[in-house]
Amino acid sequence: MHALGEINERARAAVDKPAAYGSDIDLGQFGCEAQECAYVERLEDIEDLDADELARSGVDVSGEERSGSFVQVDNTIVHRKALEKGVEILGTREALERYDWLWDYFWKAVPVDTDKYTADVELNPYEGYFLHALPGSRTIYPLQACLYIKEPRFVQRVHNIIIAEENSELHIITGCASEHEIDMALHLGVSEFYVKKNAKITFTMVHNWVPGMDVRPRSTVEVEEGGLFLSNYIVMEPVRSLQSYPTARLSGRGATARFNSVLVAQPGSEMDVGSRVILSAPECNAEIISRAITQGGDIVARGHLRGEVKDIKAHLECRGLIMDEGGSIYAIPELEGMVPDIDMSHEAAVGKIAQEEIEYLMARGLSEEEATSTIVRGFLNVKIEGLPPLLEREMQKMMEISEESAF
Amino acid sequence: MATKQDMLDLEGISVEVEGKEILRDISFTISCGETHVLFGPNGSGKTTLLMAIMGFPRYKVTSGRIRFAGEDITDLHPDQRAGKGIGIMFQRPPTVQGVSLQQMVSICSHDTLDVEGLAEELNMDRFLDRDVNSGFSGGEIKRSELLQLIAQGPDMVLLDEPESGVDMENLQVVGKAIRRLLQKDLHRKRMRCGLIITHTGYILDYVEADVGHVLCEGSLVCSGNPREQIEGIRKYGFEECMTCTR
Repeated sequence: MHALGEINERARAAVDKPAAYGSDIDLGQFGCEAQECAYVERLEDIEDLDADELARSGVDVSGEERSGSFVQVDNTIVHRKALEKGVEILGTREALERYDWLWDYFWKAVPVDTDKYTADVELNPYEGYFLHALPGSRTIYPLQACLYIKEPRFVQRVHNIIIAEENSELHIITGCASEHEIDMALHLGVSEFYVKKNAKITFTMVHNWVPGMDVRPRSTVEVEEGGLFLSNYIVMEPVRSLQSYPTARLSGRGATARFNSVLVAQPGSEMDVGSRVILSAPECNAEIISRAITQGGDIVARGHLRGEVKDIKAHLECRGLIMDEGGSIYAIPELEGMVPDIDMSHEAAVGKIAQEEIEYLMARGLSEEEATSTIVRGFLNVKIEGLPPLLEREMQKMMEISEESAF
Repeated sequence: MATKQDMLDLEGISVEVEGKEILRDISFTISCGETHVLFGPNGSGKTTLLMAIMGFPRYKVTSGRIRFAGEDITDLHPDQRAGKGIGIMFQRPPTVQGVSLQQMVSICSHDTLDVEGLAEELNMDRFLDRDVNSGFSGGEIKRSELLQLIAQGPDMVLLDEPESGVDMENLQVVGKAIRRLLQKDLHRKRMRCGLIITHTGYILDYVEADVGHVLCEGSLVCSGNPREQIEGIRKYGFEECMTCTR
């Protein structure tokens, strides 16, 4: 028997442990039952989901220009298939049954007793994806994963494990979405990333929820020597509450992590979103960039860099735009230096759109509304270094789709 | 009264900024194909006049009318005036984060232009992907502004000190671009007209002007031959203009 007994025990001890941040959610108000959905061999045969809805989350049902797909509806895996050699896509439970060694990664990056949400994922039926890039493998196209909620009042529990073996490259697009009619539901997503020596993971995630959703992702990334982790996180659709604070631990020399978040809070949305990087080996680099816009919702934009050894470089940038009365942005950038000879910096700014920028564009012929939306799109247009051109195009496309509905 | 050939007609306009009167009773007319220059000491209201013609809300016209191509535009927004054919070159344009120069040129030209080719001519091709005005030098700002204006192709061009902060080498490029903008090589067929603020008058070495106006303390004190005016100003300063009764 694996350490399941011990994991279980630790989870049980944490069932009432509140999260460090964000409003507390009463887990008792949700149901657990959802209908099983049928497994489909071909992605385009998925009938339970709206293709447009998936596209809005970056998931292409044609499967073209993708090296594989994973789709989970509520707690059922309806499709999973790898199309290129060198990558493996399985459900996490299935993978744990198949690979004994995987237990060494299970609840290792994210402690199961982090809070009541991680405990809840472990103690109840869950699914989630296992994505595995074999040593030296480089897929041309990204993998795509979709986590979809259909059942109202449902708790979707997801435990993902993503491993990029030595010298491999893995590009992932994840879309999370829910049915429009859902009045309330909860998404609990645990993600454990392992970036091995000289490997690279790029992770682009679009959250496309509805106003009744509560969302609590719990992610940790372990990056070894020379490894690179890039995250792009986009949330522009309404959500009731979202609290997330992914952490990357750079433990090998020359490891790099970059987090890039774009948050738009609609009225009624409460977002507490940050990124944290712990730099504990020399020559590590970290960059956290966040762009937050409130159109009436409340945003807490966190960022935390911790430099534990010398010869590291880290920068944090947090910018916010308040577009409407009633919205708020609370930017909390934190730098923690533990030794001399480190280079850490941050900049934070919260404000409104400058009138002179609007007038500049109006003088070129744009109406006030067009000028404002051009400036807002520019504000959200963060170039992330190291993203392959195909993914950059994909990300632009996703941004455009999201922006169209948000502004 | 505006005639058919008149493009811009200022009829006794007074302008205030944040409640303070800056310009008093300014009248002049720029006809089709003409270039006028505006001289005046610092703080005389030159930029205010250009901003008011473009229609920026901070610059409030308290009396008088502005007509463009026979139409009263006094109450129009800047984008509407741009739509009618007025374009402006900013002296200190803002940086717009995440909006590239390329995008700005496309906005100006409504995507109808070979942006790269034009940018190359103005030696701005390397800057197309950069955020507009971000870290641009004085000369680069002028070239970027002119690139946008040429793309926009307005009938009436307002230029605020196009030579300021530009070194001699760049002055030639800027001068050439302004000539192009104002169709200076077209002679009789020339339709474009311009109003140029100049401190030094250097731009007149590249762009011939038809009429000069001298603005002092918010009033127009002289209109006439721009060459003579600049010579007088260089010799005697603006003091002379204020006491001149010609």
